[in-house]
Amino acid sequence: MASLIDCPHCGPRPREEFSVRGDAAATRPDPEAGPEAWHAYLHLRTNPRGLHREHWRHSGGCRRWLVVERDVVTHAVHAVRDAQEGAQ
Amino acid sequence: MSGRRLPVAARIDRGRPIRFRFDGREHQGFEGDTLASALIASGVGIFGRSFKYHRPRGVLAAGSAEPNALVTVGTGGRQEPNVRATMLEIFDGLEARSQNAWPSRRLDVGALNGLLSPLLGAGFYYKTFMWPPKAWERVYEPLIRRAAGLGRAGIEPDPDRYEKTWAHCDLLVIGAGPAGLSAAVTAARAGARVILADEGAEPGGWLLDDGGDASSALREDLLAELRAAPEVRILPRATVFGWYDDNVFGALERVGKHLPPDPDRPVERLWRIVARSAVLASGAEERPLVFAGNDLPGVAMASGIRRRLVGQAVAPGRRVAVVTNGEAGYSLAAALESREVEVAAILDCSPPSAHDPERYAPARGDWRGGQAEDWRGVARIVRGRPLRAVGMRAVEALEIERRDGSRRRLAVDAVAMSGGWSPNGQLACQRGARPEWSEARQAFLPPIDQPGLHVAGAAAGLVGRAACLADGARQAVAALGEIGLAAAPAFDPAPEDAPPPRALGAQGSGRGKSFVDFQNDVTVDDLARARQEGYGHPELAKRYTTSAMATDQGRMGAVNAAVILAEAQGLAPGAVPLTTQRPFFSPVSFGALAGAARAEAFRPARRSPLHAWSQARGAVFLETGAWLRPAWFPRAGEPDWATAVAREARMVRLAAGLCDVSFLGKIELTGADVPAFLNRVYLNGMAKLPVGRARYGVMLREDGFVMDDGTVARLAEDRWVLTTTTAKAEEVMAHLEFCAQVLWPELDVRLASVSDAWAQMALAGPKAREILGAVVDLDLSDAAMPFMGAAQAPLRGAPGVTARVFRISFSGELAYEIAVPADLGPAVADAIMAAGQGAGICCYGAETLAVLRIEKGHVTHAEIDGRVTAHDLGIGRMVSAKKADFIGRAMLGRPALTAAGRLQLCGLQAVDPAQAFRAGAQVLNAGAAPSLEGAQGHVSSTCWSPHLGRTLGLALVRDARARHGEEVQVWDGLRGETCAARIVPPVHFDPENRRLHG
Repeated sequence: MASLIDCPHCGPRPREEFSVRGDAAATRPDPEAGPEAWHAYLHLRTNPRGLHREHWRHSGGCRRWLVVERDVVTHAVHAVRDAQEGAQ
Repeated sequence: MSGRRLPVAARIDRGRPIRFRFDGREHQGFEGDTLASALIASGVGIFGRSFKYHRPRGVLAAGSAEPNALVTVGTGGRQEPNVRATMLEIFDGLEARSQNAWPSRRLDVGALNGLLSPLLGAGFYYKTFMWPPKAWERVYEPLIRRAAGLGRAGIEPDPDRYEKTWAHCDLLVIGAGPAGLSAAVTAARAGARVILADEGAEPGGWLLDDGGDASSALREDLLAELRAAPEVRILPRATVFGWYDDNVFGALERVGKHLPPDPDRPVERLWRIVARSAVLASGAEERPLVFAGNDLPGVAMASGIRRRLVGQAVAPGRRVAVVTNGEAGYSLAAALESREVEVAAILDCSPPSAHDPERYAPARGDWRGGQAEDWRGVARIVRGRPLRAVGMRAVEALEIERRDGSRRRLAVDAVAMSGGWSPNGQLACQRGARPEWSEARQAFLPPIDQPGLHVAGAAAGLVGRAACLADGARQAVAALGEIGLAAAPAFDPAPEDAPPPRALGAQGSGRGKSFVDFQNDVTVDDLARARQEGYGHPELAKRYTTSAMATDQGRMGAVNAAVILAEAQGLAPGAVPLTTQRPFFSPVSFGALAGAARAEAFRPARRSPLHAWSQARGAVFLETGAWLRPAWFPRAGEPDWATAVAREARMVRLAAGLCDVSFLGKIELTGADVPAFLNRVYLNGMAKLPVGRARYGVMLREDGFVMDDGTVARLAEDRWVLTTTTAKAEEVMAHLEFCAQVLWPELDVRLASVSDAWAQMALAGPKAREILGAVVDLDLSDAAMPFMGAAQAPLRGAPGVTARVFRISFSGELAYEIAVPADLGPAVADAIMAAGQGAGICCYGAETLAVLRIEKGHVTHAEIDGRVTAHDLGIGRMVSAKKADFIGRAMLGRPALTAAGRLQLCGLQAVDPAQAFRAGAQVLNAGAAPSLEGAQGHVSSTCWSPHLGRTLGLALVRDARARHGEEVQVWDGLRGETCAARIVPPVHFDPENRRLHG
């Protein structure tokens, strides 16, 4: 795991300031999407060897939700952006 | 022992004697001494006993890899085991003790273990002491654990201070020998921000050990330039122990362990250094030679003897044998000779093929005479191999075998050994890279050029001062180039000195133990046995024999072990790799890792703005999460807490009570889309909440289970404030921010946590209205301020201050919550108490709050335990059927979440008022055997109710709503108690809510 995360608002900060929520690839289904879609959203996760996109929160800093792209093999963090920018 | 101080120049200050104690005896050294040098100088040879065989051990090396001379320093809370005597600078009042020796280090009963050694070899605990089976746990293991091991940690709290800090730099240079100094100077001249960390008390590395005038002058010049450079920080006594992701390095600085205790100074400082690039110039560790008795006190590394000779003018003995396979032994002999220490012989054990009479020409340059035989007329160079070091408590002789097969016994009292050099490249291999064998350099080399870390000098396998100076400069230029900084090398390229010597396996075949890993007592025989038994793979051999598992992590012995394992398989050196490297490079104390995060600071307590106010009124505090909450307010004459709580509960229902509820999470919301947002995060309708009203709300998780509950109040057209439970304040805030930022960024909502900005109090009881009316300027009539009303009003005493008033009730009484800016909390609380004095007001704490809410069937996280649905709690009717979407809606409809047989919330009442039950107990059918089998549910909360005169509880019981009136047993399996109880509706008291409406 990376030692530093480059927060787009606060700059590179120690990862202890951040908390992870998990997979950012899943998008919340339509309320009427049906049980299978909701089951997939809530319970199914892939665990690829390589790049992961995850939701992290700078809980000890600006408190913004971020999308962190990191490689679980090399531990490299490839990109960090504010989650709201990506969601819009 | 014959170690002694020589009357020659050195870096000790003979004008500053230092007195210290070792094993209770007073010794004297000088400023500039380590414990090792000072004790050797005063003739001490045995520093302690070894791990397994209790063999006498002296000092082997000179730096942080020292495996033998481990001592315990300090007493009481300052007791620190396994301190390397070679790293400990002495100070007045230092108290050190030897380890693993009883009754004394010279006469040790445990040495009998040596006689048992056939039973104690590698893997002995898997094979011996197995019979009878029960004896292992009761007899053998305790005995073995007592006999084995090194120092013991103290159990008292450490009174010293440790601290942690961060640092940032362009270039981190690890090691301040020739390569490191050269790298740092190169970077400093380029204007880079540089941190130079060195393990020693003084920077310099080999430039110090060399002892020559040229080296000293060069060191002075380079250090002077670095000290004058504005962007260079030199950290002496700092060991860089780990290389982590994003080029963050961990370093341990010994700030005050070499000084008497001082409360104003930390003893150690843990650095986390963010380096844009780094140069690893950590030098090389000299390899021991493996022959019988190579662990006897008096047998030591040539480099260690040299460091003490040059630095502290300490001679290892009166007559020294030097056993070497390379240049190091020759140059040590010259250094001893020039200080009038007799060198009995140099035993050159380099293989015939490697021997070249001229290869050590540079060393010989310092040497008197050219041909060995000419040197004082004695055959001083012997080609052959060491067979055995002989002696009881110290070396008395060295048995050698000449190349022609003849044997000889040299009477000596010290043996210097040098088996070549192992580059200290461990740090460069901590992130997955592996060292590779270099035939040319006869060593395992780390990768030289990794992004962010460039290895230079002896750590890269180079030999000689000029070559290391040039390489340090070259690697600094490369490292700086990587981050876009141009630099010019401070030193020109230069050739290396003598080629590195050949790596050797086990020498000799003399009787006795030949040690490979000194600290863990691992011998050549252990490695051979590991291979015989199928554990020849280096990772397996390591674990089977514990070789390279000691605190030096194999820095002394790992290469020898790999070469010996290779030889045993008929392979060349290097064919068997080294084991995986991991942090830490050398031991790091728990104190340093904990830093300031200990005792109260480990998890700082959160205190309400009314904490001191409650304290002044005699509150007893209770930890809930990070909070300290007033639990009850005992009065004089109350024999126990239960009496106080029952009295408080009665006073609230009879008159009025004031309770600090500042602990609740408070979140303010503004924005055009707050109604829509709230509608989507609560299961009930929130969109139409009018100004001046509050509403109870329940939040679900997306999987349909209840997350939290609280109230939402709309204070103004564009301002809402919601409360969360104390426990979930942080989680709810994070959840709402996720909803606002990620799920629905299109909604215009802004959130702010205001939990700490407000002091909030609950004022409950039939007299609450008249008391509050005296404090806030607000019409509190039912018409103006009905149940679930919310308002902002000025304080009567301070019209400029606006209080927030909510008519909400957790107690079931006519009740208000009043919130004021945090700093005004105590004054407002005082005003309320003063206004209520005539009415009979009291303060009440969390315990009474619990009694009141259990009587009223209100839930907390004891009930909302992550497994309950709104339906389970009996609030299924709150779920809005009109809303198209809210968090949890989609999964709420899963059949299993409303199926028969689920645990539902209910009340429980003890049938016999004299009997009680506790939370956590199981609910069993009447007449059922006490067993978890067939359990109907569990008790979540209980209290003694002064109003019903019996024990009450809330419970989650199978299909409870259909079972009201049924008698069950409450079984406490832990205490073996059962109690008859009746299932009742959750609201035990005033089910019609008459009191609520005043």
